[in-house]
Amino acid sequence: MTSTSVIDELKRAQILELLEQGKRVDGRALDESRELKIETNAIPKANGSARIYLGDTEVICGVKIQPDRPFPDTGDKGLFMCTAELLPLSHPTVETGPPQPPVIELARVTDRGIRESHMIDVSQLVIEKDKSVVGVFADNVVVDYDGNLFDACSYAATAALLNSKTPTWEMVDEKPTLVEGEEKQLPINTIPVSVTMAKIGNYIVVDPNGDEWDVMDSRVTITTDSDGNICALQKGGSDGFTQDEINQCGDLSIKVGAKIREQLKSVQQETQ
Amino acid sequence: MGGRDATMVLLDENGIRCDGRKVDEPRRIMIKAGGLKNADGSAYIEFGDNKILVGVFGPRDVHPKHMSNTDTGILRVRYHMEPFSVGERKNPAPSRREIEISKVIKEALEPAVMLEKFPRTAVDVFIEILQADGGTRCAALTAASVALADAGIPMRDMVAAIAAGKVADTVILDVNNEEDQAGQADMPIGYMPGLKKITLLQLDGVLTPEEYKKCVDVGVKGCELVYELQKKALHDKYFGNRGD
Repeated sequence: MTSTSVIDELKRAQILELLEQGKRVDGRALDESRELKIETNAIPKANGSARIYLGDTEVICGVKIQPDRPFPDTGDKGLFMCTAELLPLSHPTVETGPPQPPVIELARVTDRGIRESHMIDVSQLVIEKDKSVVGVFADNVVVDYDGNLFDACSYAATAALLNSKTPTWEMVDEKPTLVEGEEKQLPINTIPVSVTMAKIGNYIVVDPNGDEWDVMDSRVTITTDSDGNICALQKGGSDGFTQDEINQCGDLSIKVGAKIREQLKSVQQETQ
Repeated sequence: MGGRDATMVLLDENGIRCDGRKVDEPRRIMIKAGGLKNADGSAYIEFGDNKILVGVFGPRDVHPKHMSNTDTGILRVRYHMEPFSVGERKNPAPSRREIEISKVIKEALEPAVMLEKFPRTAVDVFIEILQADGGTRCAALTAASVALADAGIPMRDMVAAIAAGKVADTVILDVNNEEDQAGQADMPIGYMPGLKKITLLQLDGVLTPEEYKKCVDVGVKGCELVYELQKKALHDKYFGNRGD
């Protein structure tokens, strides 16, 4: 997905020509994200799940919740981890084998956005302090690629977490033991929303699709929380932004994120 | 990451930080251009208690060959921490964190290096963290720019880097290890002062929209300070008093 082939150069010329007229290849406004479709409870064996479509990008996220040992220095907090994987069936260029740097970055940025927003109140996920806590694992798999996996994985994970029901455990003979029939929603503090913006020439576009992703100069992913604060950011790509552009992207992420948050909120309400 | 200790005094009533600095004061920074005999270019930086060595090779042949690009040279960056660089011994194999930082630094340097002048070749940047104390990626990026310049590789500008952040609800410059662990936000910034372009930017921690803009501003101003020290390091090596 990163080559400077002749086709990419032609593609870039065409995309830039359209941008000069205020248009995008798929007819969207520059600050408009693609339609987001969310199907929850796609994997009933998981504790929560979501299958999301961001335009033609498709991601499935399953959440598994199970007892775990706490980290030695945070015995009063549960665990949260989010991963992301690009499946070989998602694009002809994806190969099997250990994850490449772009996929490692994807997984870490997705995790960071949710973690830094403090979406899950991990202090409520303790079975017995220093001995046993609840671990929440949100695993994303990309099944179809059309650009902007950062936002797609973030939305899938957030929707799956909002869709999750956690079982209850209690300590019996020093072992965490399942309490039958007691399920509740995860303790949620806030709903993080990631918004990725690409810089192509001197234009900033929200939610770049696959064609735009191939030809962009650089990108920035900004995660905001329900209070309208900014809680995580990652710049990428082989060019830079001016200070004004970074400020503008901050404002855009709050504006665009607010709409998407409403959609995620309805997932939370349906689960109750 | 890990535990954020709320009991530690990060900012006292006089606006003095846990290591005695003012809010807008960077740690002690010492940059030296050159030093390594075999590398085409090198630099050493001490940034507070961080100690980092950078060596640059190239432009040179690309191995494996299929990585080469007929249109442009490529930049390869390895950020690596020594096992003895942190409190508890670090496994020497590259971690996911190191792989991400390598990528982020590579993308921060690419806008500065005129790679299109050397098609089919590679420029390799090796970053070795000898001792880490918060803010290694910024210090490493700063030193890598100097090492690239020392290697005589044509550049549009140098990238200077420093972190802004938030502790005790106050925006600060140059986040140290304690402030990173216990503070509210950390925003590493890499900036090319000549071209006025931000080429590295990350954030973890919660900021209001106003604090966000202020952090970017404080970081950019900090980078301008670091830039002067980068230029001085090169000046000292190539035009300085070499009597010592």
